[in-house]
Amino acid sequence: MKLDTSGLESAAPVWGAPSELVDGFSAAPSFEVPNTTDFDGFQKEAIQMVKPAKGTTTLAFIFKEGAMVAADSRASMGGYISSQSVKKIIEINPYMLGTMAGGAADCQFWHRNLGIKCRLHELANKRRISVTGASKLLANILYSYRGMGLSVGTMIAGWDETGPGLYYVDSEGGRLKGMRFSVGSGSPYAYGVLDNGYRYDMSVEEAAELARRAIYHATFRDGASGGVASVYYVGPNGWKKISGDDVGELHYKYYPVLPSTVEQEMVEAAAA
Amino acid sequence: MTKQQANWSPYDNNGGSCVAIAGADYCVIAADTRMSTGYNILTREYSKICKLADKCVMASSGFQADVKALQKQLAARHLIYQHQHNKQMNCPAMAQLLSNTLYYKRFFPYYSFNVLGGLDNEGKGCVFTYDAVGSYEKVGYSSQGSGSTLIMPFLDNQLKSPSPLLLPVQDAVTPLVEAEAVNLVKTVFASASERDIYTGDKLEIVVVTADGIRREYMELRKD
Repeated sequence: MKLDTSGLESAAPVWGAPSELVDGFSAAPSFEVPNTTDFDGFQKEAIQMVKPAKGTTTLAFIFKEGAMVAADSRASMGGYISSQSVKKIIEINPYMLGTMAGGAADCQFWHRNLGIKCRLHELANKRRISVTGASKLLANILYSYRGMGLSVGTMIAGWDETGPGLYYVDSEGGRLKGMRFSVGSGSPYAYGVLDNGYRYDMSVEEAAELARRAIYHATFRDGASGGVASVYYVGPNGWKKISGDDVGELHYKYYPVLPSTVEQEMVEAAAA
Repeated sequence: MTKQQANWSPYDNNGGSCVAIAGADYCVIAADTRMSTGYNILTREYSKICKLADKCVMASSGFQADVKALQKQLAARHLIYQHQHNKQMNCPAMAQLLSNTLYYKRFFPYYSFNVLGGLDNEGKGCVFTYDAVGSYEKVGYSSQGSGSTLIMPFLDNQLKSPSPLLLPVQDAVTPLVEAEAVNLVKTVFASASERDIYTGDKLEIVVVTADGIRREYMELRKD
């Protein structure tokens, strides 16, 4: 009995033209594109309407024990804070993380798509995909949508056979390998703290504290960053969430309010 | 010579506000029933709430034509799912479907700001909040639409739940009981109607519980 599995094809919308998969290279899923004479102008207006959540601080670095990834959790639309609890560290699979900066929907969708591609690679090749390979998959997809208005500034951090790996990938099609990155409107502040305190041979606790501190200082000075500072560690056994602290509380932890000396205390006046 | 620009936009904003609150064993979804265009009211009795599955309800504000098209898309995909899996979609699955459906129109978006509410597999209330292109988040409460900047700070004040990102993990659902949550929603819309011209006329409240779906109405200011 032949089962009809056409409904399981997920790449294209139900009624749309099927996207051909040629020679194992998966074509980018085909999106409907509006019929306008001025595509760029329309996209500019559409983006104004959607106003994707921007303003963020994310960072990642490699050290002796593995990789550390940290991010804030604020999403702002213009001057309005649309959410204080956005997950900006996306779990692609148990040993790879991606960070989100730029358009929230773009990052969420393409990271999930990347997770699917990594799983397909595992099934086809009977081994895990490398961080190099995963970041290349994402970069190639984003490059093919270059100029269409996607906004993605992400870091792919993971542990593979060659040890810890860290790549920066963005929607312009750029892909950089490196030891330390910070992305977002709060990144200058985070770089200041991160570059100052970084040593290759730190322990996991020291590295986590450095990452947490860098995010805290960025949220302190950047209005578009805030919420909860999440810190993840990526080691040989995969990633593990180390901490999630409200940055308001971190402030008083780092700079506790000291009781000041009082010269003269006011005394309660007797009720008239 | 300056380029000729189109004077016609495919989008319009029909206004309105939606709210959803998740509880321990219930979920409240509410929206006003006013549909406007510019300074005109098109109708006072338009429902922005749509039942997508047995335990899953969506409220959407924005451009209602896009909302109607989106609801039809989701209903069709849900029917296919039921044929293939012999069961209804649960709320988290529907949440992912809605996100993907919105993102497939990334370059010609649905002008629709949605909140999805219902019960998850364990019977706990869950609320998902979306932007127009599909980025979503599971939260304890949310509001979208023209009155959301007025409503959200009040909900934050009354319901502020610990962020799901904190470690150790803390529960996001509100400790309120169903009757208190419904009262809160009524209060919130009464206040929003005072200061938002696009919110008013009538309030439609849908409550999802293990026993099913209950609908309630309340009059709001008609000016």
